[in-house]
Amino acid sequence: MKELIMAKYGEIALKGLNKGTFEDILVKNIKRRLRHCGKFQYMRKQSTIYIEPVGEADLDEVMEKLKVIFGIGALQRCAVFEKDFEQIKDKGVPYLEEALQFATTFKVEAKRSDKAFPMKTPDIQMELGGAILEAYPHLKVDVHNPEVTVTCEIRDKGAYLSAERIIGAGGMPVGSSGKCLLLLSGGIDSPVAGYMMAKRGLIVDGIHFVSPPYTSERALMKVETLCEKLTPYCGDIRFFCVPFTEIQEALRDNCPEEFFTIIMRRLMVKIANKIADAYEYGALVTGESVGQVASQTLKAIQCTDAAAEYPVFRPVIGMDKKEIIEISRKIDTFETSTLPYEDCCTVFTPKHPKTKPVLEEIIKAEQSYDFEPLIEKAIKDIEIKMFRVEGTTEMVEKAEN
Amino acid sequence: MIYLDNAATTRPCDEAVEAAVKTARECFGNVSSLHKLGIESEKLLNSAKNTILKKLSLQGELYFTSGATESNNTILRGVADAYKRNGKTIITTAMEHPSVARVCDLLEKDGFNIIRLSPKDDYNNFEEYVAEHITPDTILVSCMAVNNEIGYKVDTKKLYALIKRKNKSCMLHVDGVQGFCKTALYGDYISLSAHKIHGFKGVGAMYVAKGCRFTPLLYGGGQQKNLRSGTEQIETIAAFEAAVKAYPTDLSHYEKLNSLLRSRLSEMEEVYVNSPDADRGVPNILSFSVMGVRSEIMLHYLEEKQIYVSSGSACSKGKISSVPDSFGIDEKRADSTLRVSFSMANTQEEINTLADEILFGIKRFRR
Repeated sequence: MKELIMAKYGEIALKGLNKGTFEDILVKNIKRRLRHCGKFQYMRKQSTIYIEPVGEADLDEVMEKLKVIFGIGALQRCAVFEKDFEQIKDKGVPYLEEALQFATTFKVEAKRSDKAFPMKTPDIQMELGGAILEAYPHLKVDVHNPEVTVTCEIRDKGAYLSAERIIGAGGMPVGSSGKCLLLLSGGIDSPVAGYMMAKRGLIVDGIHFVSPPYTSERALMKVETLCEKLTPYCGDIRFFCVPFTEIQEALRDNCPEEFFTIIMRRLMVKIANKIADAYEYGALVTGESVGQVASQTLKAIQCTDAAAEYPVFRPVIGMDKKEIIEISRKIDTFETSTLPYEDCCTVFTPKHPKTKPVLEEIIKAEQSYDFEPLIEKAIKDIEIKMFRVEGTTEMVEKAEN
Repeated sequence: MIYLDNAATTRPCDEAVEAAVKTARECFGNVSSLHKLGIESEKLLNSAKNTILKKLSLQGELYFTSGATESNNTILRGVADAYKRNGKTIITTAMEHPSVARVCDLLEKDGFNIIRLSPKDDYNNFEEYVAEHITPDTILVSCMAVNNEIGYKVDTKKLYALIKRKNKSCMLHVDGVQGFCKTALYGDYISLSAHKIHGFKGVGAMYVAKGCRFTPLLYGGGQQKNLRSGTEQIETIAAFEAAVKAYPTDLSHYEKLNSLLRSRLSEMEEVYVNSPDADRGVPNILSFSVMGVRSEIMLHYLEEKQIYVSSGSACSKGKISSVPDSFGIDEKRADSTLRVSFSMANTQEEINTLADEILFGIKRFRR
C-alpha cells in the first residue's frame, strides 16, 4: 500500500494565467523544507501537490513541516489504491484503524472527480461507511459532528483514502510577493509582524540595532533566537545587526530629551532605507500598533513615516496586545520575546516622551546635529548573518554597493 | 580577562580538577556497592567529610547534596517538619538568598509564622537583635553568615550562644555559602557549596550537629543514612575536598585588594561603598554604587574591557530584590550598584585597571 500527502492550494487556486509561477515557488519551498526528510516525488494536478515518498520517510515529520508552509490550504495524508471499490474496501478499512481506534463517531465523505468510476458518490459513502461499521463496531455514524471524517476521493490517477486532514498555514507562498525588511526589536510584536508579512508571500529579512554596553550580548542572542523561530514560516532570514551606540550617544548629547524616541526611530528608518536600497527590499515592516506606546501615536507614526523612502507595513497596527500575544504563542516566539533583557529602544527612554510631536520641530531638532557620518559608519560596521530553514546559521559577507 | 565575580562562582582550582579526573578514571565506584571499588569510593567520601568538618572546626554529621539550594531547601523544610510540634515560629532575615527566602514564603503558606528581620534595624548588634525576637514558640532561626550582595557578616557563634540562652530547643541554620573558608561558621545546621571556593558546580553539603533532626527532602535508595537518597557524586565530592584543602588560610591578600579598591573609589565623585567596614564585613566582597550610572551599563562596559563584575542586585530587571533595602540602601543607589568579589589570584594591578576603567565609564555614562 502506498501512502502520500496531498497539499491542497489555498489562495493560489484562484489565480489566473500566472498560477504556474506561484505553483513553482510553492513547490520549491516545499522541496527545500523536506530536503532532510527523505526523497520525494512531486506531482501537480487539480490544484493539489502530491508528495509521494520514494523509499523511507517519516510522514508524521513531513506533515509537521508542511503545516507551516504558506500557500498550502489543507493537508491530507492518504493511502492510494487502484480505482476498484473492492480493493479500496479490503485494504482501505484496515488502513483507517489508527485514526478510528480512539474515536466514537465518524462519517464518510466521497468525491468523484473521475466520472468514469462506476459508483455514484452517495453509494460510495454508504458502502464504505457500512464496511467501516462492520470492522469497527465501537463506532457510530454522525454526519453532523463526526470526530473523524474519512474521505474517499476518486481522482484521475487513483483512489485516495484518508482520515487525516488538517488546515494548512494558508496565505501565499513565501517569495511570490517580493522582499521586505523587518525591524526586529526583540519584543512581542515584531516577530508577529514578520510572520504576517511572510504569510502574504513576502520574503522577510530582519534588521536589529544593538547598543553595547547599554544593551547586553543576551539581548542580541534573544533576537537571533527569534529569527531561528521564524524560519520555519519565513524561510531563510538574512539578519542585519547594526551597531547603534554612537548614534544613540550623539542623540542623547545633542537633541532634546522628549524627542529621543522619535528621532531614534527616524534614524533607524533612515538606516533601513539604505539597506533596502542596497539589497532591493520593497518595503519596511514594523510591529507597531496604534496607541500602544508613546512612539506609536498617529503623530509619532507620521514623523517616522516621513523618514521612510519605502512603504512601511505595520500588519499588527489594528490589533490588541492580546491578539498579538495569541499569535506569538502560536508561532512560539512569546517566551523568547518576554525574556527581560534591555533593548536599544529603552536605553535612553525620556521620562515624558512627546506623544504629539510636530514633524517640523522634530526635523529641526534632528538637523541640529549631522548624523550622516555616524549613519555611514554604522552601515559600514553592520554584521550580517543568515538563518537557514535547516536550522543552521552563518555569517555573510556584505554586498558591495 | 580580569575575573572579579568570585561570589557568583569561581574557577575550579587545578587540585580540584585533578581530583575529579583521577576519581572518574580510577575510583568511579558506587559508594553503595559491596565490592572493593565501592569501598574505595566510600573511603573517598569519608575523607572528604572529615576534611570539611575539620575546616569548619565542628563535630557532627555532613551530608553531600547537589548544592546549597538543595541544602537550604532540605534544612528549612526538614527542620520545620521535624520540630513542628514544638512551635510554629521561624525567624529569618530579609537579606537571605532566594533559596532560603522562597522556602520561607512556602512555609508561611503552610501555616508557619515567619519573622523576617533586617540588619538595618540594628546594624552593629544584629545578633542581639535577632535573639530578642526569640520566644518559646520559635523552632528555628535561619541566618546567612555572609551576605552575598554586600559582604555583611554575622557572628554566628555569638548568635548561636544568644539563641540557646533564650530557648534551648530553638535551632540555628546558617547559610554558609559565602562564609565558608572566609570566616568562622557555627550552627546546628550549615549549608555549604563547593563552587564558591574553587570546587565544581553541582555539589554542596549540609552540616548537621549531633542530635539535630530533619525530615529528608529526597527519598530513594537510602544513601547517606537515609537522609539524602541518590548516588553520591563521588568525583565532584573528591574535588570539593581538594578545593577545601587548597584554600589558603591567610586571607590578608583580600584585605590588601579591598583597601586598595576602597581608596581608589574614595577618589571618585559620588561613588559610595555599600559594604560594611572590616569588623562587620568580609574583605573578599566589595559593593559600591556609582551614582548616575545604571549597574547594567557599567557592567557591560567593563565586560567590553574584559573585566567581569556583578551588578549585585536584580532591581533593574523588574524584579525588586529586598536585599538592598534590608541594609537601608535606597532604590536609586541599588540601581547603580556594582559588586566586586576577589579570588586569591587577583592582583593589585587588576584592581587599578578596574578603577581606571570605572573612571572612564563615569565620564562616558554619568548623567
